[in-house]
Amino acid sequence: MGDQEPAPGTAMAGDEIIVCRDVHKWFGQHHVLRGIDLTVRTGEVVVIFGPSGSGKSTFIRTINRLEEHQRGQIIVDGIELSDDLRNIAAIRSEIGMVFQSFNLFPHLTALQNVTLAPIKVRHWARDRAEHEAMELLTRVGIPEQAHKYPAQLSGGQQQRVALARALAMQPKIMLFDEPTSALDPEMISEVLDVMRELAQSGMTMLCVTHEMGFARAVCSRMAFFDQGQIVELGPPWQIFDAPKHERTKRFLSQILH
Amino acid sequence: MTAEGERWLPPPDMSLGRRAWLRQNLFNSWWSSVVTVALGALLLWATVRIGAWAISEARWGVVTANLRLFLVGLYPADQVWRVWLGLTGLSVLGGVAAAVYRGGAVRTLAFWLAASQVLLAGLAAVSELGLVAALALLLNVGATWAAWAAARRLPIAGRALAAAWLVYLVLALILLAGVGGPLPVVGTNVWGGLLLTFLLAVAGIILSFPIGVLLALGRRSDLPAVRVFSTAFIEVVRGVPLVTILFMAAIMLPLFLPGEIRVEHVIRATAGITLFSAAYVAENVRGGLQAIPSGQYEAAHAIGLNAVQTNLHIILPQALRSVIPANVGLFISLLKDTTLVTIGAGLLEILGIGRAVLAQPEWFGAQMEVYLFIAAVFFVLSYTLSQASYRLEAALGVGKR
Ligand SMILES: Nc1ncnc2c1ncn2[C@@H]1O[C@H](COP(=O)(O)OP(=O)(O)O)[C@@H](O)[C@H]1O
Ligand SMILES: [Mg+2]
Repeated sequence: MGDQEPAPGTAMAGDEIIVCRDVHKWFGQHHVLRGIDLTVRTGEVVVIFGPSGSGKSTFIRTINRLEEHQRGQIIVDGIELSDDLRNIAAIRSEIGMVFQSFNLFPHLTALQNVTLAPIKVRHWARDRAEHEAMELLTRVGIPEQAHKYPAQLSGGQQQRVALARALAMQPKIMLFDEPTSALDPEMISEVLDVMRELAQSGMTMLCVTHEMGFARAVCSRMAFFDQGQIVELGPPWQIFDAPKHERTKRFLSQILH
Repeated sequence: MTAEGERWLPPPDMSLGRRAWLRQNLFNSWWSSVVTVALGALLLWATVRIGAWAISEARWGVVTANLRLFLVGLYPADQVWRVWLGLTGLSVLGGVAAAVYRGGAVRTLAFWLAASQVLLAGLAAVSELGLVAALALLLNVGATWAAWAAARRLPIAGRALAAAWLVYLVLALILLAGVGGPLPVVGTNVWGGLLLTFLLAVAGIILSFPIGVLLALGRRSDLPAVRVFSTAFIEVVRGVPLVTILFMAAIMLPLFLPGEIRVEHVIRATAGITLFSAAYVAENVRGGLQAIPSGQYEAAHAIGLNAVQTNLHIILPQALRSVIPANVGLFISLLKDTTLVTIGAGLLEILGIGRAVLAQPEWFGAQMEVYLFIAAVFFVLSYTLSQASYRLEAALGVGKR
């Protein structure tokens, strides 16, 4: 088995970039992830959906080690996640994450939020970091807000700054944990548009969301989570039009009305 | 809808005339009128009594004749120029800092440094120190102003200024302590008065702040040994009065050190004050840390910052600005608590000097004058700190955002 793993950092389009095998996680006595198997290929967009409390957030947080898994194996770009701090640092610098509640740094301007990691972690010169950051802020459509503080921005603008902040580290993988759930309806599309553009550029994305229009149009596969397990995994047409499991059907009928 | 309702209207004029203000605030009922009159009468009576005493009876000579003692303690008279020179350096750097750090806090500190030197110059002029000392103090004020005016036109980096402060601190200590030759050694046991009070307070504040922050972080550490040590230190120190710690520093420190090393009283007192204050800083900072949502840690980790970077760039900047008011309150107490070193460490800071002066037969019974003078000195220092803290809070937007 070990011989067939690709060397770290050499993933090509179509290679397996995230491999999860029988991942388990407990919070105390509470068995939250119960044997997750999922393989994601470079350039794929996988949407994760399912009822609240089913372990969706916990699962994607194990992939950049914000949560530790206690059994099974997670291999990201050829690096297996373990307690080794160097592995964690290496993996985190390849994975960007966007949170439901934005989690921008309130004491820094939008631009400083974006440049912080490139300057401190990648040791870029400030000029270069700011130049790249302005390009990212332009890409997400808010270059004119660069010098404002998060409190002065709308929710949609904050989430787009958070996206730019994650992209500034030039990640190979992006994780999204319900990126539009905290937004007012009129701001949801401005964030989804950026995500769609990102998917088209070939980014590997793992996305917890209940925006089914986005899922149908953008993603390659969907994973239905329930009670810590992947109940059903398949391309969107199968999930929407011919779900194999009763639970998937019931859940979809609830959220599509 | 009237035509008026559709236009933007200016806010109505709510200001009151002077008579209306008086009536509304001081005489709005018979009861409030009685209180106003009674308090006014009391205030007038006290002012007249104290004023009459201060002008006709008080022997202010106790202050003017001993002013050097009050300011520098037993620091040798022929070496006092070194203290003035140190003060000049402080004045110049204060002026530069006021120009470089544009926030109001540093400017407030520089302003009060200058203002208190003007007050002191007035006092020096009528005292044993004489006009020369008064002139020197006024020149310092001029130096502050000149440095400020010059630095405003120069592009001075904050980092360069911080380095200058560090160099200044070292040079000032060497200047005060001496190295022999043209700069004879002046033992710290003769440093005293306001000089000692000021040095103890500044050293205590500068040293206890980082130690306190580290203790607060240690208390939340993942490493059990660090956590237990920090918690135990904080709880033990907070459970003991400062005087006890000063006594223990005087008696216990020598026990831990090899026989030939003798730690000077001033160092012991500074260590005691620093450790004492650090425990309280740590508790304040802990409150600030607890207010930071966990999403901040997660976002910092997710973009690849390590634990040290996360604390340095994300957590502490937010946690510390919310605890500024509490910490300044703490430092004002520290300033006043330095008076305890007279009891706990056998040093003569300004209050100790006051008691020594009162022990002289010629100044018998001049307690009132001496204690009023010392109270005024502490008031000016504390007031300066609290004013600077208000400016700092405003600049950092504490309570906003
Ligand atoms: N830090 C935690 N400590 C204890 N229990 C947790 C923690 N985080 C999540 N849980 C529990 O784990 C389960 C899965 O949570 P989560 O992954 O957030 O679900 P989802 O994102 O699908 O709504 C829930 O029952 C939740 O209460
Ligand atoms: Mg969730």
